[in-house]
Amino acid sequence: MTVTLVCSASKEVRIGFDQPFVVIGERINPTGRKILAEEMSNGDYSRVEADALAQVAAGAHMLDVNAGIPLADEPAILAEAVKLVQSVTDVPLSIDSSIVAALEAGLAVYQGKALVNSVTGEEDRLESVLPLVAKYGAAVVAISNDETGISEDPDVRFEVAKKIIERAADYGIPRENIVVDPLVMPIGAINSSGKQVMHFVRRLRDELKVNTTCGASNVSFGLPNRNGINSAFLTMAISAGLTSAITNPLHAEVMQAVLGADVMMGHDPHCARWIQQYREKSASDATRGRGRRKRRRSG
Amino acid sequence: MTEESEEIILSELSTEELVEQMHDDLYDGLKEEIEEGTAILLDRDWSADRVLNEALVKGMRIVGIDFRDGILFVPEVLLSANAMKGGMAILKPLLAKSGVKPIGKMVIGTVKGDIHDIGKNLVVMMMEGAGFEVIDIGINQSVEDFFAALEQHRPDILGMSALLTTTMPYMKVVIDEMIASGIRDDYIVLVGGAPLNEEFGVAVGADAYCRDAAQTAEIAPQLIMERREAVASA
Repeated sequence: MTVTLVCSASKEVRIGFDQPFVVIGERINPTGRKILAEEMSNGDYSRVEADALAQVAAGAHMLDVNAGIPLADEPAILAEAVKLVQSVTDVPLSIDSSIVAALEAGLAVYQGKALVNSVTGEEDRLESVLPLVAKYGAAVVAISNDETGISEDPDVRFEVAKKIIERAADYGIPRENIVVDPLVMPIGAINSSGKQVMHFVRRLRDELKVNTTCGASNVSFGLPNRNGINSAFLTMAISAGLTSAITNPLHAEVMQAVLGADVMMGHDPHCARWIQQYREKSASDATRGRGRRKRRRSG
Repeated sequence: MTEESEEIILSELSTEELVEQMHDDLYDGLKEEIEEGTAILLDRDWSADRVLNEALVKGMRIVGIDFRDGILFVPEVLLSANAMKGGMAILKPLLAKSGVKPIGKMVIGTVKGDIHDIGKNLVVMMMEGAGFEVIDIGINQSVEDFFAALEQHRPDILGMSALLTTTMPYMKVVIDEMIASGIRDDYIVLVGGAPLNEEFGVAVGADAYCRDAAQTAEIAPQLIMERREAVASA
């Protein structure tokens, strides 16, 4: 089965059909975060550091780093942010920009094998991003749209994904280094977007055998109780074959959905991670428990 | 439905009650009821633009306010806009015949290199709901495309949308070209999209940055009013 390997200098993460679901923390992204955008463009990365630590503490396996600030020097800021995050955490990173020079700047300072976010099926994107991915031996998120837009027909998007995989192969990028983004549209605006994604992800898993990721929080745009929708989406998408997502690990419901889905998929042997996460605090915190471990160690 | 359920017969309502009921029906996104109400008002000798303004636009204003305040959500607003559209379809030919101008006219598109349009489509619906005539020229639009549409439709407003940091600078390309061609001041330029902010709107030389669809529908009539007053006093 296809396994996408990404790593930092000291840590490896495996994205795959037989692996626990990979949560890529989405918080380090100035889009819609006015204060963060201001701070980052002024060279203040304290919030980036805090976001990195909090997301890893909440269970993120990887972190997405984006520096998309209007009118700012995105390549320089992205490179700084990548360096900073790597200095405070050991999780692998997804380097996120729509500017090729920023991707390159991020890759140049990155230690390990990064996930590049992203390439689309648009001709100029293929030609500029894929050589970069090949040069750095990175993995890449392939977004399933092209010049003609985002098709509402998942089978059209399937063909776009297929094209990207073939083009990547021309650059010597193996299939396991491609993680396809099926593009999750807001279900509040397109009522079939949930079904589209499930259908598409299933085809990607069964026919192209590629790993998948998506901006999961998109699905709940414009709705109340977004975490509830995000959780339902993730649970179903994981069942359909989604193997990672860029989402917010700080939301307990989201992490619960992911861990629960891992249990259901048989990716959490003996439910060990689930138990570890949700064992009643009173039991694990009790003096009795601590004492027993101590005795065992000393004995 | 149980026998007890009370059905409102629109045609039996007084005109005042009917208009209020239409505001409620717009709020609830009931297209058929809005179409029926529109027809009844016309039957009672209301002019098309009176129906538009007092029954539809006023109702949509309530929808816009509650959307802005987080009481209504996107799917509900889309339903309301769709109901409004039902009424508009009846009024449009009448408005055209009587020479009534819409509140304003807008040409809108997603800029070159960008194929994202959900946000833009929301703006289109909210603007139509606010009584504007909107010409949506679609995604991936070049300077030439925008210029051709401005030339053809002579709108009050040009709206540009982008979802990517790579494509949003193209808004400045369009506006700079408008300046170069001496047509910048002929239009109100509004920009929007997830990665944008107020500062960016100023930097590219737009008249306003619009955070979301509801805000666009609020700002647009104000700007048009200001502009018309400025022209009148000049």
